[in-house]
Amino acid sequence: MGSSSSSSYMRNIPQAQVLIHETGFSAAHLLRLYERFQFLDKGSTGELRAQDFTAIPSLALNPIGDRIIGSFFPPGQEKLDFPSFVRIMAHFRPTDPNRSRDGTQLEPVNSRNKKLRFAFQLYDQNGDGNISRAELLQVLRAMLGVQVPEEQLQSIAERAIQEADLDKDNVISFDEFRKSLEKVNIDQLMSIRFLK
Amino acid sequence: MDANTFTRRAGLLLVIFTFLCFIHGSRGEIPPQPAGGVTIVPPAKPDGAPQAYPDADTSNLPVFTMDYPRIQIPFEITLWVLLASFAKIGFHVYHKITIWVPESCLLISIGLIVGAIMHSVKEEPPAALSSNVFFLYMLPPIVLDSGYFMPTRPFFENIGTVLWLAVVGTLWNSIGIGMSLFAICQIEAFEVQDVNLQENLLFASIISAVDPVAVLTVFEDVSVNEQLYIVVFGECLFNDAVTVVLYNMFSFVADMPVVEPEDVFLGVARFFVVGLGGMMFGILFGFAASFTTRFTSKVREIEPLFIFMYSYLAYLVAELFAISSIMAIVSCALTMKYYVEENVSQRSCTTIRHVVKMLGTISETLIFFFLGVVTITTEHEWNWGYILFTLLFAFVWRGLGILVLTQIINPFRTIPFNTKDQFGLAYGGLRGAISFALAFTLPDTIARKKLFVTATIVIILFTVFLQGITIRPLIEFINVRKTNRDLHSINVEVHCRLMEHTIAGIEDLCGQWSHFYWKDKFMKFNNRILRRILIRDSRAESSIVALYKKLELQNAMEILDTVSGDISAAPSVVSVYEDKKSPSQPKKKFMASDLRKMHDILSKNMYKIRQRTVAFTGKHSLPNDTQTREILIRRHASIRRSIRPGSFQSPPVPKSHKYFSLPAGQGLDSKFFPAKRQSTADDHETMSEVAYPSRHSRFTKPGRSSARAMVPLHRLDTLKEAPSVDVLNESRGESSSAGHIMPNPMML
Repeated sequence: MGSSSSSSYMRNIPQAQVLIHETGFSAAHLLRLYERFQFLDKGSTGELRAQDFTAIPSLALNPIGDRIIGSFFPPGQEKLDFPSFVRIMAHFRPTDPNRSRDGTQLEPVNSRNKKLRFAFQLYDQNGDGNISRAELLQVLRAMLGVQVPEEQLQSIAERAIQEADLDKDNVISFDEFRKSLEKVNIDQLMSIRFLK
Repeated sequence: MDANTFTRRAGLLLVIFTFLCFIHGSRGEIPPQPAGGVTIVPPAKPDGAPQAYPDADTSNLPVFTMDYPRIQIPFEITLWVLLASFAKIGFHVYHKITIWVPESCLLISIGLIVGAIMHSVKEEPPAALSSNVFFLYMLPPIVLDSGYFMPTRPFFENIGTVLWLAVVGTLWNSIGIGMSLFAICQIEAFEVQDVNLQENLLFASIISAVDPVAVLTVFEDVSVNEQLYIVVFGECLFNDAVTVVLYNMFSFVADMPVVEPEDVFLGVARFFVVGLGGMMFGILFGFAASFTTRFTSKVREIEPLFIFMYSYLAYLVAELFAISSIMAIVSCALTMKYYVEENVSQRSCTTIRHVVKMLGTISETLIFFFLGVVTITTEHEWNWGYILFTLLFAFVWRGLGILVLTQIINPFRTIPFNTKDQFGLAYGGLRGAISFALAFTLPDTIARKKLFVTATIVIILFTVFLQGITIRPLIEFINVRKTNRDLHSINVEVHCRLMEHTIAGIEDLCGQWSHFYWKDKFMKFNNRILRRILIRDSRAESSIVALYKKLELQNAMEILDTVSGDISAAPSVVSVYEDKKSPSQPKKKFMASDLRKMHDILSKNMYKIRQRTVAFTGKHSLPNDTQTREILIRRHASIRRSIRPGSFQSPPVPKSHKYFSLPAGQGLDSKFFPAKRQSTADDHETMSEVAYPSRHSRFTKPGRSSARAMVPLHRLDTLKEAPSVDVLNESRGESSSAGHIMPNPMML
């Protein structure tokens, strides 16, 4: 894994420079992501499918594993190529505290807002921009075990919506979602340390 | 409460009865000839009628004889083991105790009590704890237990840190403590001037062996992060090896009057020989065991035997060559486990795990127990200065060592240790069984042996009791300071949990970040060569298939057994809950108690991701598959309750997925990855449902298929149609218009 081999690899990685610039990953990280991509891509097709993801046992056993996998595949898309993979993974980089806040710069992929968006769309399956009670219930059901009775789940979902829903429309919009989490350190919760 | 008081009394009575028994039994030496009331006379023909009672004078056939000395040793051993096991049962009757006091403390306390009783009755403890008995019989099961249940993936990810802390850390500790104690010895006030440097170093090497048994149990409950857990776990294992090496080295050196520089160099070389040699031997034996199990399909009953025999053999052969037997047995277990579990039958697998756990637990229990007893009954030599300073230095050097070493290794780690981790590592430095045994086996040529033994016991007791009991509150205190959960609203807590799960999922997606290259290479080598040789029918099975196969088998068996089945639990009792979209619905008021209950539910029932590791390394319990089984059950349930939004278009599921069993001899890959539906993003539950039955199709035991387990498969092609009564459906609305009712025998 010396530098000579990595530079030869870099030539194989599609859109490497663009990705580095856009996502802020270092070249080494990009290389590792590429290796991982290739590892997951069992058929060496250059693209990933959902079943490549489900082949990871621990991910398949994750209660929201299927949602996470689904978030990599936008509706109608079955295959994932490497640049898209990297762009989504870039959401989980720790936020860069030194980023200058000038309005002309495009919002980086790993900003707090983007991270919240990612979490939001894990709930919001039908993409209407709101978390309905049903969607919240689904997630709760997935995360809590079978042991919790249905009524308890209902009450938890009810309470959650009550707390967050400011305009009383019985759904949680993205702004309400963001507002309810304003005190929470999203960067810590939604970042993977070693992707820095 | 009646059952509790009854059990308590019964337990107490049993305990008292048992040790009265062995107190009587362990009385003194074996008398040269059978004592009291036993006449072994040659059977002589009775003159007249046979006599009912043995008569010492006449030579009649004795009807009732007693020969205690013959069975004395096995009898006493059994009684000791029983007593220790009763103690363990007793702890769990009082469930609250085990939360606050680690088991090792409790065992030592019971040992102390028993020792006190024996001492007052002027009995001698059984002379069971000799060097041979400990190292040949009691230590191997413990180490095998640790090695067998070690989670390999996190372990190898952290192997650098583990080795660094174990080797360099122990060296640091030993040399540091040894030197400081030597300095103390120079002070005349403490009257220990006759202890020279070698002896101090020897003693220091004994007490620097950290044995985090108690710490591991505490860590489990407090859910420290996985990294810390695995580092401590690994450090414990290699720690033992290093200590034993150091001990042997220093005891060899202690005999010599003068230490030459080349001896030091030889010592270092020897260390490598010992360590690496141990590993080589272990791996060799591991391969031998795996290869053997390849052919045991006809002799299932003795399959577990091979595991134990090979690992024990590895241990003994390593002892033969005086190389690190602990490393040998650990590496043997690690290697074996991977291949053997593929070769042996499910039952043998279970048996092996149970027996390994059982033996390990017994050994550990006995050792702590003996520690308690021996504490009371040996002659002690007390020396305030030496002992107190030993305690102090043990603390100080451990803390310093962790601080310095983690600073050095943090840059190399993908997830560096923060201060909280470091505190956990340092404070978790409890001493235990190994130190105890080593102290006892000090050669008698050392003049102040008794002092050393006393000091060792003091340290062990101090660390186990004080640190063991207080580490839990301390860690909770530190944890609590960071995140104050109760102040969060339910809403936030749910979202935070979601994010935790997300991150865990993404981390799994990233896979191993460091050492990826080597792991990949090894896996290729493994698949191509090793598996072919060592595994019976070595298809390149993806591990998830194996996992689901095993779990599905168990799941199916349970479904057959239970009447109502776990599956029908939650969803079938779905209350017809009115949809809250109607604006006139009054908002439900939640009281504080409700909120508290909700918080409780959320924290207890959320899938604890990190528990995955912890469940495998629980020292006193077997790894349980219940969590994964639960997920399977949930998936069953979610299949049944599935929502079909109207926009969801799906081509009919290919027929292959409905097959419950794969026709023999078929390749795996074609059936495993089903063709995906067009729009997978809409409802991710369906995606899991599609993927899931394909795992079903790997289930190769057609005879076991129960009607219930079949149901999810049959329903696949009717998935578009609405299930009957469902909250979510009502809120969705659209799909029920289809008018189909799902066949749902489960709800009947």
